[in-house]
Amino acid sequence: MVQLTLPKNSRMRTGKTWPKPEGATNLRTFNIYRWTPDDGENPRIDTYFVDMDTCGPMVLDALIKIKNEIDPTLTFRRSCREGICGSCAMNIGGINTLACIYGMDEVKGDVKIYPLPHMPVIRDLIPDLTHFYAQHESVMPWLETTTPRPAKEWKQSIEDRKKLDGLYECVMCACCSTACPSYWWNGDRYLGPAALLHAYRWIIDSRDEATGERLDDLEDPFKLYRCHTIMNCAKTCPKGLNPAKAIGEIKSLMVERQV
Amino acid sequence: MGFMTDRKRASGLGSAKTGTTHHWHMTISSVALVGLVPLFVFTVGPMLGASHAEVVAYYSRPFPAVVAALTFVVGFMHFKNGAQVMIEDYAQGFARKALIVGVTCLSWTAAAVGLFALVRLAL
Repeated sequence: MVQLTLPKNSRMRTGKTWPKPEGATNLRTFNIYRWTPDDGENPRIDTYFVDMDTCGPMVLDALIKIKNEIDPTLTFRRSCREGICGSCAMNIGGINTLACIYGMDEVKGDVKIYPLPHMPVIRDLIPDLTHFYAQHESVMPWLETTTPRPAKEWKQSIEDRKKLDGLYECVMCACCSTACPSYWWNGDRYLGPAALLHAYRWIIDSRDEATGERLDDLEDPFKLYRCHTIMNCAKTCPKGLNPAKAIGEIKSLMVERQV
Repeated sequence: MGFMTDRKRASGLGSAKTGTTHHWHMTISSVALVGLVPLFVFTVGPMLGASHAEVVAYYSRPFPAVVAALTFVVGFMHFKNGAQVMIEDYAQGFARKALIVGVTCLSWTAAAVGLFALVRLAL
């Protein structure tokens, strides 16, 4: 449901300004969303100052430095630090992206960091992605076959394999789905760009034998047709993928089997 | 929230097995309007400021009358389908259903009034 203003208990207030590191001359200001379920308080924006002369170039480097040296209570997900695991997805300077591959030189002025938009927050920069993952599971992101398993492997031509390029690279970071207004307003029923990109990845896979069933499951005004080609998903994807194109291809296949 | 599994919540009521027809009709009416709207503008334009007798005579001819009739019908059906999508986006529950009923009635009524006016002029 559309909400044009934040609920009262989600409205942010100015938080603590942490002291500047002594002797540092090259400082960068970070405004970071903080919220904990423990104290019943509203979210706040804390301000940190990071010495850029002793910090790596990526936003994640700065977050780790803040956690290690300034405020150990700052909470965020991170793992691979090279854009493969999708853990450190967050909103940086108004753009959903991965903190580990987003350079601080790409942000003008203060670095403003928030959790992914329109998701329940577990703590600080950690959104609750339970529903997002369940939606992904619901599109059956695995090979479905009825033909008995071959002795060696399911064969695929080079041309058919190429069709999966631009799809298989998705790391499920949720940047696209949480950038999509349709997903904000109807995320309970609309599958969102990430799940639909994965759905198309298996629909178009030459080895998969459940194409019809997959299309049947997606034929729904909300699951699929909430996509209005807004293209925020393609614009924000940190891996440079185009979920909107994949959704368009699914719609074309839907029409193809009817007309 | 209830004791519902995450998967159950994500699956909801399952697929409605519809939506493509609506999408295809929107596509068809969009393509039709690409041609109809300029034709409508260029056929209505010469009659701006004309007398009643001239307008009646003009719309007694088949081409401007058919263009106007098609524009009314296709335009309002396109409006109905588009408005329904918008309502589904932004409203929920009873309000969603009531608004869809309302906009459907409004669209058909508007198309009917347009056709009636055209018939009055043409015949």
